[in-house]
Amino acid sequence: MALKMVKGSIDRMFDKNLQDLVRGIRNHKEDEAKYISQCIDEIKQELKQDNIAVKANAVCKLTYLQMLGYDISWAAFNIIEVMSASKFTFKRIGYLAASQCFHEGTDVIMLTTNQIRKDLSSPSQYDTGVALTGLSCFVTPDLARDLANDIMTLMSHTKPYIRKKAVLIMYKVFLKYPESLRPAFPRLKEKLEDPDPGVQSAAVNVICELARRNPKNYLSLAPLFFKLMTSSTNNWVLIKIIKLFGALTPLEPRLGKKLIEPLTNLIHSTSAMSLLYECVNTVIAVLISLSSGMPNHSASIQLCVQKLRILIEDSDQNLKYLGLLAMSKILRTHPKSVQAHKDLVLQCLDDKDESIRLRALDLLYGMVSKKNLMEIVKKLMTHVDKAEGTTYRDELLTKIIDICSQSNYQHITNFEWYISILVELTRLEGTRHGHLIAAQMLDVAIRVKAIRRFAVAQMSALLDSAHLVASSPQRSGICEVLYAAAWICGEFSEHLQEPQQTLEAMLRPKVTTLPGHIQAVYVQNVVKLYAAILQQKEQAADVSAAQEVTQLLVERLPQFVQSADLEVQERASCILQLVKHVQKLQAKDVPVAEEVSALFAGELNPVAPKAQKKVPVPEGLDLDAWINEPLSDSESEDEKPKAMFQDEEQRHTKPRAPEADEQELARRREARRQEQANNPFYIKSSPSPQKRYQDAPGVEHIPVVQIDLSVPLKVPGMPLSDQYVKLEEERRHRQRLEKDKRKKKKRERERRGTRRHSSLHTESDEDIAPAQRVDIVTEEMPENALPSDEDDKDPNDPYRALDIDLDKPLADSEKLPVQKHRNAETSKSPEKEDVPLVEKKSKKPKKKEKKHKEKEREKKKKVEKKPSKHKKKKHKKDKEERPKDKRKSKKVLPTDEEAAEPVENGTLDEEHGVPSGSPAPLTLGPALQTYDVQGSLQKDSQVTVSVVLENQSDSFLKSMELNVLDSLNARLARPEGSSVHDGVPVPFQLPPGISNEAQFVFTIQSIVMAQKLKGTLSFIAKNDEGSTHEKLDFKLHFTCTSYLVTTPCYSDAFAKLLESGDLNMSSIKVDGISMSFHNLLAKICFHHRFSVVERVDSCASMYSRSIQGHHVCLLVKKGEKSVSVDGKCSDPTLLSNLLEEMKETLATC
Amino acid sequence: MMQFMLLFSRQGKLRLQKWYVPLSDKEKKKITRELVQTVLARKPKMCSFLEWRDLKIVYKRYASLYFCCAIEDQDNELITLEIIHRYVELLDKYFGSVCELDIIFNFEKAYFILDEFLLGGEVQETSKKNVLKAIEQADLLQEDSKPRSARLQNCMKS
Repeated sequence: MALKMVKGSIDRMFDKNLQDLVRGIRNHKEDEAKYISQCIDEIKQELKQDNIAVKANAVCKLTYLQMLGYDISWAAFNIIEVMSASKFTFKRIGYLAASQCFHEGTDVIMLTTNQIRKDLSSPSQYDTGVALTGLSCFVTPDLARDLANDIMTLMSHTKPYIRKKAVLIMYKVFLKYPESLRPAFPRLKEKLEDPDPGVQSAAVNVICELARRNPKNYLSLAPLFFKLMTSSTNNWVLIKIIKLFGALTPLEPRLGKKLIEPLTNLIHSTSAMSLLYECVNTVIAVLISLSSGMPNHSASIQLCVQKLRILIEDSDQNLKYLGLLAMSKILRTHPKSVQAHKDLVLQCLDDKDESIRLRALDLLYGMVSKKNLMEIVKKLMTHVDKAEGTTYRDELLTKIIDICSQSNYQHITNFEWYISILVELTRLEGTRHGHLIAAQMLDVAIRVKAIRRFAVAQMSALLDSAHLVASSPQRSGICEVLYAAAWICGEFSEHLQEPQQTLEAMLRPKVTTLPGHIQAVYVQNVVKLYAAILQQKEQAADVSAAQEVTQLLVERLPQFVQSADLEVQERASCILQLVKHVQKLQAKDVPVAEEVSALFAGELNPVAPKAQKKVPVPEGLDLDAWINEPLSDSESEDEKPKAMFQDEEQRHTKPRAPEADEQELARRREARRQEQANNPFYIKSSPSPQKRYQDAPGVEHIPVVQIDLSVPLKVPGMPLSDQYVKLEEERRHRQRLEKDKRKKKKRERERRGTRRHSSLHTESDEDIAPAQRVDIVTEEMPENALPSDEDDKDPNDPYRALDIDLDKPLADSEKLPVQKHRNAETSKSPEKEDVPLVEKKSKKPKKKEKKHKEKEREKKKKVEKKPSKHKKKKHKKDKEERPKDKRKSKKVLPTDEEAAEPVENGTLDEEHGVPSGSPAPLTLGPALQTYDVQGSLQKDSQVTVSVVLENQSDSFLKSMELNVLDSLNARLARPEGSSVHDGVPVPFQLPPGISNEAQFVFTIQSIVMAQKLKGTLSFIAKNDEGSTHEKLDFKLHFTCTSYLVTTPCYSDAFAKLLESGDLNMSSIKVDGISMSFHNLLAKICFHHRFSVVERVDSCASMYSRSIQGHHVCLLVKKGEKSVSVDGKCSDPTLLSNLLEEMKETLATC
Repeated sequence: MMQFMLLFSRQGKLRLQKWYVPLSDKEKKKITRELVQTVLARKPKMCSFLEWRDLKIVYKRYASLYFCCAIEDQDNELITLEIIHRYVELLDKYFGSVCELDIIFNFEKAYFILDEFLLGGEVQETSKKNVLKAIEQADLLQEDSKPRSARLQNCMKS
């Protein structure tokens, strides 16, 4: 009881804990949004408090709200504060919040680097664990680069708990920072044989992911994985390994052969369905890669199919689904084995689960034959009627069309039947696929001559009942079929029984409600019908009937002239005038039928529109050279044809698989060509490219023309090409059952031409020519194919960057950025500068928490880092380097004219140069050093500066001594008894590639002014050729800010301080600030070591204290685009200097 | 590799979300809305897999909660179901016959457990015992972690 009471009061102290919040939200179901906005206000208050427990509680609540969909990105900085709490309880909450809401766009993320690094090296494995977990969610390229080395070290941690996490997170690091892959890979590989199964499994996971993207780089690991596969009993690991082999076998068929046996053993023995499924999938992949050359793999296929049948027969829907899915993969290469199970697949069509039915449909596609096509389609049609939900029905519709039209109507024996099916499909409510049906109707009517009479009859009936088709708005999709119907009736009007009736149907007022492109076809084909009727009537010498028809047109056409659609209007007015003219002639009893019919004389044949373009250009022929004008005209005309059904074309392109090989490309091209071939407009606009070529003067000289001629090429070549095409088709058919329906039509056209419809011989003759031309082009494809090959590789694909050869030995340059401090490489990029800040920032909260530790911590704080350049560069152009440094630091902070200005706080600025006058470094590049400078404050008048020295040369550095030119104000604390000219020895030596940190204490008299100290580091560089004495100049910069110590202050104390009146005042104003106020404050806080006392709207009071006890109070106000800072301080000079420094910081905001 | 995991209730309320690929908040919300709708619209007898964009969705319902994972094309659906089930088992062990309220009121624990089980979209620990051990030890470090009875009380009160 007592415990409960205590707990209760603790809870109250935290205002509202997570449970209260959740309960509150549940109790405010009606006004949830209002309640939550209240809570957010409270949380904002809590975040302002200095108590880390309160903050953590607030962040925890925010994380919950984030899940409910509220934006919490504004609290990113507070989250970082909580992440850097020393208590695991809070740290855990902070990292959770970060992993939930940080992403690459989060700007404060760069501030976390050092905190994370610290946590990674924490003695508590749970601190490390929580940091790794968090990092896995929000790792950015910068974090990856800066932390790669730390994480790599953790891969060899003593605790498996850390090792496995580090191994897994390495994958994320690789993705963000691909350069780390090669240096880290040997260790990763090592982990495959880690004694801890968890670590081993993690390594398998990572390598499996890597290898799936770029398998060729991992072939050398195959033996190791093979060993693992045969020895491991962990199904989780086995599945990954088997999957990996699935990716490797296509590259190495011998591997496949080796795999078959162990895999089939596993299939026989395992009881885990997931493993069985993985094995079956990999066996399929292996068999596909082996498709030729392995004699006795039919047993394996049988085994797979048999196992899959068991899955499909299982009552578990999931297994059924996966069974069908895997079956369809086998179908591509071994259709026969699958066809044996047609009964089972048909059975699945009746399944209550739609996703299973869809899978079964996919399979059916590959199972139809001439024999069973009608039966299967009939079954599907009954499903169409039963189907609820348009999605599934549409899917059925497309599948029916796909199945029937596949391999160019290969399985259709009766086209009347097919036309009826298409007409039946038009009765479908609300389908989106009207254009598909229309395309089929056109295709069949144009290409199957024998069916035209039947098709025309059906189409005229369709036009007659057009009101049914186009009545309700939700059927709009289906009205596309009227497009086809009108065109077919017009073009093949000689087959019409009752042309007049059809004509009337097409001129009904209702027609004007159809979409414009359909009306346009109506108008055009009305004239074709009219011509046919005139001819008929004139032959029958029925003059009055002929005049009646003309009159009908004159009466009805104006409704189209008024159309809002330009195309309709234009055609209608043109035709109206024509008809009026005819009417005049008729009045004079002049026979006109012949002339009107002449408008549409000639047979239209589908021609592959771009076929001629595909003909290879003979060597020595320059097509761009002018032969004569007409040729170029006809060329440009080729560009015109456009697909009639735009949507369709798009639909077609989307689902394309990424691996476009040559065949795939050829297929696509053919499909496109095919579409255009089906386009009546195309055919009309350029009736016969061949003819034009022939007519063009001088073209005969071009060999191309000969190839284009259908007759010479086709007649001798026909039987052979026919066989070839057939083989080809079957092969493709298997590979790409689903997506290539259109292209196949053309092939079929060829076949039909010779084999099936002998009556169509003339037509198919014409057809074959383009088809053959296409084949010629196909051979040429590689060249053309190049660009689209590149398309397939998405340049943004993150995995591409990981396509790295792992077998090459590591070069020195590839080493990972050294962990704690910059190396030459890192220093090149400006962001790096930010990193040190981060650390400062993240530490701030701690400081608040525990004031007494403050100083100690400060000492450790890295003030700023001055990356070094490569010595060579430096050496040569010492001066140039400075500007660079400046630029770097400007990003963060104001810079001084002279030297790179470090961060606000005790700062050391070094110029890295190699002693001039010693030519050796230039050529040999010996003593490269990275200086990483750390400064910190201590005691009243002392500042500690930490310098990180890194030896980037090949020489061994020893006897290092650091010396500065003391100023009146600042002096280097030297060992007792030494003079001001003596340097302070660096207490270590540096072998090549090693870095270490040295600390130097400076005594400062007055802190009111910033100052710079010049210094030199002298050392002896020793290498094979001997030792040289060298030195390096640098500058140390102490800003006023560096003398400040972040000190929290409560608002009452703050008020008292201001009231006391013994402070001097000064102010600055900076314009052009775009940063949010919150970030601005954050920036001031850690760049200038202030803490926020109180914040009201866009106004905040801040406080800080110098090491010598000066109070510094700020009032920061944010205007529209400007910010003004009023400061009060016991020392006016210090204040004005501080404000100047701040101004420069703000100027970069 | 798993792309993300969502837990949501039958009413479509999100209970947990874990993203293993970096996405903007906007995109996350859009995906969540879309998937919650799609999955809830499916009939109970339907199989647990669906194809969505270029990913595969694997989901399973436990009592009033849907566990929904997105995996890549080549990943194994069955093992993903296994992962979901394993996670449910872990929750169950940790909370002692877990209910939706446990996850609502201790959502951070649900995340911690998930983080010990999966990392970066991959299984990091296949042993249930090890996961629970890690969680318990981490909990011990949380000095002020509440006794389990407090959690149970919460459960009962609501």
